[in-house]
Amino acid sequence: MSESPAPSLTHVPPQGFWRKHVFSLDHKVIGKQYLVLALVAVVTGMVLSWLMRFHLAYPAASVPGLGAIAPNAAPGGRISPELYLSLMTMHGTIMVFFVLTTAPFAGFGNYVLPIQVGAEDMAFPRFNMMSFWVTFVAFLVLIAAFFVEGGAPLSGWTAYAPLSAVGKDAGPGQGAGQTLWALSIAIFCVGQLLGSLNFIATTLDMRTKGMTLMRMPFSTWAWFITSIIGLIAFSVLLPACILLILDRVAGTSFFIPAGLVISDRMQPHSGGSPLLWQHLFWFFGHPEVYIAILPGFGIVSHILPAFARKPLLGPKVVIGCMAAIGFLSYTVWGHHMFLSGMNPLSATLFSVPTLIITIPATIVTLLWIGTIYGARLRFTTSALFCLGFVSVFVSGGISGFFLAQPSIDTYLHGTYFVVGHFHFVMGVASMFGIFAGVYFWFPKMYGRMMNETLGKIHFTLTLIGVYCIFMPMHYLGLAGNVRRYSEFTDDYMKGALPLHRFITMAALFTGAVQLLFLVNLVWSRLRGAKAPDNPWEATSLEWSISSPPPFDNFGGPPPVVHHGPNEYGMAGPTGDYVMQVAPPSAAGGA
Amino acid sequence: MGKLFAVLVAVITVLSAGIFIARVWWLPPDISLLGVGIDHQLMETMVASGVLFVVSQLVLAAFAWRYGDRGDGRAIKTFPGGATPMVVFATVLVSVEILVLSFVGTKVWGGIFLSPPNPDALHIDVQAEQFAYYFRYPGPDGKLGTIHPELIDDGNSNFFGLDPANDSTARDDIVSASLVIPVNQPILLTMHSKDVGHAFYVPDLRIQQDFVPGLVIPLQFTATQVAKKEIVCTQLCGLGHYNMRGYLEVKTKDEYQQWMADQVAQQ
Repeated sequence: MSESPAPSLTHVPPQGFWRKHVFSLDHKVIGKQYLVLALVAVVTGMVLSWLMRFHLAYPAASVPGLGAIAPNAAPGGRISPELYLSLMTMHGTIMVFFVLTTAPFAGFGNYVLPIQVGAEDMAFPRFNMMSFWVTFVAFLVLIAAFFVEGGAPLSGWTAYAPLSAVGKDAGPGQGAGQTLWALSIAIFCVGQLLGSLNFIATTLDMRTKGMTLMRMPFSTWAWFITSIIGLIAFSVLLPACILLILDRVAGTSFFIPAGLVISDRMQPHSGGSPLLWQHLFWFFGHPEVYIAILPGFGIVSHILPAFARKPLLGPKVVIGCMAAIGFLSYTVWGHHMFLSGMNPLSATLFSVPTLIITIPATIVTLLWIGTIYGARLRFTTSALFCLGFVSVFVSGGISGFFLAQPSIDTYLHGTYFVVGHFHFVMGVASMFGIFAGVYFWFPKMYGRMMNETLGKIHFTLTLIGVYCIFMPMHYLGLAGNVRRYSEFTDDYMKGALPLHRFITMAALFTGAVQLLFLVNLVWSRLRGAKAPDNPWEATSLEWSISSPPPFDNFGGPPPVVHHGPNEYGMAGPTGDYVMQVAPPSAAGGA
Repeated sequence: MGKLFAVLVAVITVLSAGIFIARVWWLPPDISLLGVGIDHQLMETMVASGVLFVVSQLVLAAFAWRYGDRGDGRAIKTFPGGATPMVVFATVLVSVEILVLSFVGTKVWGGIFLSPPNPDALHIDVQAEQFAYYFRYPGPDGKLGTIHPELIDDGNSNFFGLDPANDSTARDDIVSASLVIPVNQPILLTMHSKDVGHAFYVPDLRIQQDFVPGLVIPLQFTATQVAKKEIVCTQLCGLGHYNMRGYLEVKTKDEYQQWMADQVAQQ
């Protein structure tokens, strides 16, 4: 398993514009393509969220220009209830699939994993190229939902049946828009499955000489575990979406029972179960959120030691905990369904493993905190985002502890408490992992350093901003403020409007701050200081090659590894660390 | 920069926790019999989580403050005991919390959702639809008529699809847009949906339950105070989801009897 890879890949550099930059087989180009796709997606998703937040704060106000773009959905520029729900549906779908699954896993994983294991490329470069373009097509199909009659679907990213399954009768957006949604997600699943196969094969088969499994960097471990989770999860979502499409267009009734009267029409279906959709969706959906966060665990575990100048505390425990979280993620899906009408006896069955997942998550968090004890921290922007990750993950994880208990979920389900919880862990922690990765690997990818001053301002204002947006949502939830409402007309919720306005202001502010990041990306790409091979004095293989790397990563013969990735804080040939490719005689030698 | 990070995290932590403790935004007063169990569970979790939240964030902040690289070449220090104290602490602490909270929580959950139907319960049938609730009482004969979805005719106020012409038990069913109940009376709702998924949520009762098309789902509760509270939908059901609202009217026994007599008289 740790022999040099067979010379099955071509060593000839790609020729021509299309092969080099568009239909590339090079994992580094494909990784960047995924990252650019995720960037376009996150900007789109963020703009949708601004529209949502604006409407919640000022339901009667007009958005300048919106009336011209969407005269039916926003007459006079005022966002209608159905448009609000469509924005919400597309915001969730775009963010979960095309940002949080794409950037940390497909984006960084593709770019970095082959280099970190000492390979020239992924095991299946053609599959790799296909997986990106399939994902790209999935994005286009999803965006197309905005432009068909009836517009984008309004059933949420969770698309519960029968609302999502019966077709046009269920309301605006539930015609072609919902079908395109299901098609897009099905296509996305195919891309992910191809990607997962690639990651698993590359990790198991393409490691260079001396790169044993236990010498793999923590980020590689995280991508490896994530790809296994993804293989199983997306294998379930794909048929679920196909069944949904069949219900919608082929007259089947997988998810639709008999006797439904919608829009005064008796629906011509019988025998189906809405709960079946929920089971299939959440069997995918819960592991999916761990797919979104585990790469962040790996990235933080990889980056923090480099900036702490000391080894990650408990490296084998961290790996074991990530694997445990991956395994346990399959046992908990019913905690999204405590109040769904499934047998209440099953609540304990799902609640206990949900609470048990807290254990490895807590251990890893404590190990990160223990890593910075006694450290010599270098507060680069990347390091700050790692530290910020720890803070926001604690916040989000703790609110999950409430929701994991069925008796408390009875009150908090469907409220803003849930929205605050999942945004902290996914929308913030996972994003912080992505930012940490960008600021860390940008020099390697583009041969230029990012601007640290802009980066630190970006971090500081974003940290304040995200807490101002998402912490108040917990207060709203405690007060019984219901989620997925386009307006708050209930008497008992009207008092929450000032807090909603505060959240909106914070969201718009934090969104504006991201301009600093975009400016930094562009400016650094064009004018950043030239990056050395190893600006961070880090140990793993990507830092032993030039910035940017040659087309075949290692410039000819594969590297030979004599050390693990965790050798910081010890005297080495080049400083207080030992690189993985350092000779065996160098200090450490694990 | 490390010190700035530490200060930010500390301020955010103290402010966030402070707002929770001060109950600036909080649950409405509980008006249900079993809600006290939920509130108790919530408070226990809030205290345990609150302590964990504050301690872990402040420790993170303290370490960031203290352990910046001051360029003095000092040696790094390993956490005393290495990884073992973390593993033990996390496992023991979380396991104890899980055991305690699950044990107590299961009793609370079971009390609400796994109790056998109370023979003294007032049975009310609930239909959720886009975008309203309708409540059906059995009437003087004590029996609910059969529902025929194909007979639903909102224009003629036949919301449930009853067939009084051929079904004698349906003739005296009372349909109301509000859920009117006597105080301190066990209630059994049987919930079904006409069209898509909905939910029944009254924060003041502390409970909610989804309506699942194709299923009839029971929900039991007892209101302990006279009050008028909003019933809201927490399961996304379409564009009118935000506006889907009913009213729970808890009346004294006498007021309820009077209301029921009025309903019967109006038929």
